[in-house]
Amino acid sequence: MQMPAADAEMIERRAEFLVALRDIVPGEGVIHEHAALAAYECDGLMAYRQRPMAVVLPETVQQVSRILAYCHNVGLKVVPRGAGTSLSGGALPLADGIVLGMGKFNRIVEIDYNNRCVVVQPGVTNLAITEAVADRGFYYAPDPSSQIVCSVGGNIAENAGGVHCLKYGMTSNNLLGIELVLIDGTVMRLGGKHLDPQALDLLGVVCGSEGLLGVVTEATVRILRTPETQRALLLGFSEVESAGACVAEVIAAGIIPAAMEIMDRTAIHAAESFVHVGYPLDVEALLLVEVDGTAEEVEQLVDLVGALGKQCGAGSLRSSSSEAERISFWAGRKAAFPAIGQISPDYYCVDGTIPRGALPRALRQITALSAEFGLRVANVFHAGDGNLHPLILYDADNDGELERAEELGAAILRFCVEVGGVLTGEHGVGVEKRDLMEVQFSKADLDQQQRLKCAFDVGGLMNPGKVFPKLRRCAELGRVHVHGGAVRFPDIERF
Amino acid sequence: MTVCGAWTPANATEVVGAVNEALAADLSLELVGTASRRSLGRPVVADAVLDLSALNGIVVYEPEELVLVAAPGTPMADVRQALAQSDQHLAFEPPDFGPLWGGAEEAGTIGGAILTGRAGPRRLTAGGVRDHVLGVKAVNGFGEAFATGGRVMKNVTGFDLGKLVAGSFGTLCVVTELTLKVLPQPPNTLTLVVLGLDDHAALRTMQIAMNESSARVSSAAHLPADVAAASTLDRIAGPGSAATLLRIEGVGSSVASRLADLKRALGDAGPTVVLERDESDHAWAEISDGAFFVGGDSQVWRLSLPPAIGAVVGTCLRRELAGRHFYDWAGGAIWVETPKVIDAHATQIRRVLRELAGDDGHATLIRSAAEVRASIDPFQPRAPAVAALSERVRRQFDPAGIFNPGRMTEQV
Repeated sequence: MQMPAADAEMIERRAEFLVALRDIVPGEGVIHEHAALAAYECDGLMAYRQRPMAVVLPETVQQVSRILAYCHNVGLKVVPRGAGTSLSGGALPLADGIVLGMGKFNRIVEIDYNNRCVVVQPGVTNLAITEAVADRGFYYAPDPSSQIVCSVGGNIAENAGGVHCLKYGMTSNNLLGIELVLIDGTVMRLGGKHLDPQALDLLGVVCGSEGLLGVVTEATVRILRTPETQRALLLGFSEVESAGACVAEVIAAGIIPAAMEIMDRTAIHAAESFVHVGYPLDVEALLLVEVDGTAEEVEQLVDLVGALGKQCGAGSLRSSSSEAERISFWAGRKAAFPAIGQISPDYYCVDGTIPRGALPRALRQITALSAEFGLRVANVFHAGDGNLHPLILYDADNDGELERAEELGAAILRFCVEVGGVLTGEHGVGVEKRDLMEVQFSKADLDQQQRLKCAFDVGGLMNPGKVFPKLRRCAELGRVHVHGGAVRFPDIERF
Repeated sequence: MTVCGAWTPANATEVVGAVNEALAADLSLELVGTASRRSLGRPVVADAVLDLSALNGIVVYEPEELVLVAAPGTPMADVRQALAQSDQHLAFEPPDFGPLWGGAEEAGTIGGAILTGRAGPRRLTAGGVRDHVLGVKAVNGFGEAFATGGRVMKNVTGFDLGKLVAGSFGTLCVVTELTLKVLPQPPNTLTLVVLGLDDHAALRTMQIAMNESSARVSSAAHLPADVAAASTLDRIAGPGSAATLLRIEGVGSSVASRLADLKRALGDAGPTVVLERDESDHAWAEISDGAFFVGGDSQVWRLSLPPAIGAVVGTCLRRELAGRHFYDWAGGAIWVETPKVIDAHATQIRRVLRELAGDDGHATLIRSAAEVRASIDPFQPRAPAVAALSERVRRQFDPAGIFNPGRMTEQV
């Protein structure tokens, strides 16, 4: 993976930039010492590191606007950063750019129960929203696994998901409005506490744009009433196919559970030996289903799902009879990543999505690829929405093993696209999957996406080197070429 | 509209050909399916028609994957019937404004439903149109076919252009295929109707239902007495009083237990009736389609605003405009019907909204004569920075401005 070549002239002007940035953010808001910059040299994708020219930590919208306008004027690249938990390198710094750290925007601005929403600054953590409203019986639905530390701003940039997406949606489905600052310093509001856009849905496309379009300085998110009851079922299957079929049967019965997770044999064994929650060890696949609602509704759903599970050949079936038991069912699934960390020095988490029906085929293919590359793989899977998380086990101390793990990951993602899926379900493209984009998209597809960026950031200063494998100039993308032999009036002037 | 010709492409390749021909000839295009939604938005002035009705048919429907792929010219009736056979539906509850505009029922296409971006009562809890768009294939104003999104539920690969295309009224590109998320129809549904509340009490009731009950109400609407009287449902029109409707949907008998829970939370709000399945569906279809305002030449608006100030805005508009109104989305949407005037009361309605909601909300003209829609903005003008950005975005899809020129904003 190559980042765009750093501009030596820009690096030479560092002292000049620091003076100007200090003028905008006085005090300790501009970090430039080599040692201090180390804390920002990578995000959750730790294989890639790069110290930026400086890190700027603004505290006000006006400062953000002035910083961006300054960068726009001098042609300085900007990498926005929330809590730095991206698993795809979305916040990887550039040698000739600055990092705009939004950590000081850490205030919950307003809790508005009457409109069932919360207004937060982007540095607020995902979980802090739920914590702020839990005592009134509300919660914020998107729950990425990093929710204790990841920030709302980063969630918006990545369109973060979690285990409850099929029923409750991803970040974009729970985001009502934002305040956005463009690279030229323009501050605007998109959406608000009302539900639908008045015209073009710019909010919809900014969410998930991985910091390439602008910087979010405030967000209004929807909160939901906490379900009265949640219960979980654990179903063990002797074949992965049966577990996949069971998921399809549940949906065919008109049930959208709060969560449906599948773990394969390797993941089950690793999790069980790590947390000892009583997962069956004689099964090939474990299906964890969570249903929520009123007590009576949940009881019915547990019965229905249990019956469907048996029809699909579940050899073991347990349903949680207490909150403690429900949490213990989840404990193994939630510990899957650290559990893999116990059995392997390093692991690499892949994030493709496939049509659910392709699950058995995908797991067979992953097994074959695992043998081909000589690396073990454990599979956990958000089965309800087809989001696959193969965990590739490797040892970075062994020469070439990281590269082999990455190649195996890429092979899995190519297969996801081949069966009708996509490269990333919730972790984002970033730098990690950037060079695979052409597997999923044609040149015309990517051109249209990059044209959108031109409307927001014509100079390409916002987070360059991410998402798109080839950087195209806006002038080049904007040219109209008339295709085909059907030109009826070739002499007519066009604009 | 000036029309000097029409293209009727039969597939995506022919759409590419048509767009390139139009580009070469410097002709602008009005994009239509069955043209059933021409009454929404500004009238288009274009050189030629791009008739997409031949792009018709469900390409893939996989109920167990919750995915439907259809050509944009596929009739809504076909989509609905296909989904109903597997007990599924479009959860955002697409409204049918046909009769409101004096046209036929269910005359539109799926392309029109998605491109005009309107959602019905379940929008409150199930998301809007754009939340159900998984992928789009289209031809841009460069004459190039492109695709965005995919066919899976969870996808963050690249910019989510599908959200932008939904509700873009054909001003960005010519959609040639839509991939939609479909969901199981709730096996059971019923509606609790509380009778006789004034607007403010109704708003509080809807808020209690949403915030303090475990019933998980999927939709909440309030019909003042004069609107309730226009319902074709006896149990709504009969009592001669206002009706506040709260819908509960779900599996089996849980619906009944949630109804009991809802009643407990509401306490002694007023006399109630319960609508079972068919009656409930009928009532929500009327609300979705604004059916109370069918007939006549009055002008109809729909406002989107923070739900908590719904009743304040609604009663204020009622005082100023002497028309009828009702609430959906627990107060977050207000339908307003006003007597016919040349500016459709646009200035007045938007002033009231601005005074009470600031910039947080907007009013869209849903029914009026074409000359009114041409002379005022049917879509509320946006802040200058947002309008400028929107225009830059539009030009990145259609630099020559050949698709539905002027449909959303007056084209310079």
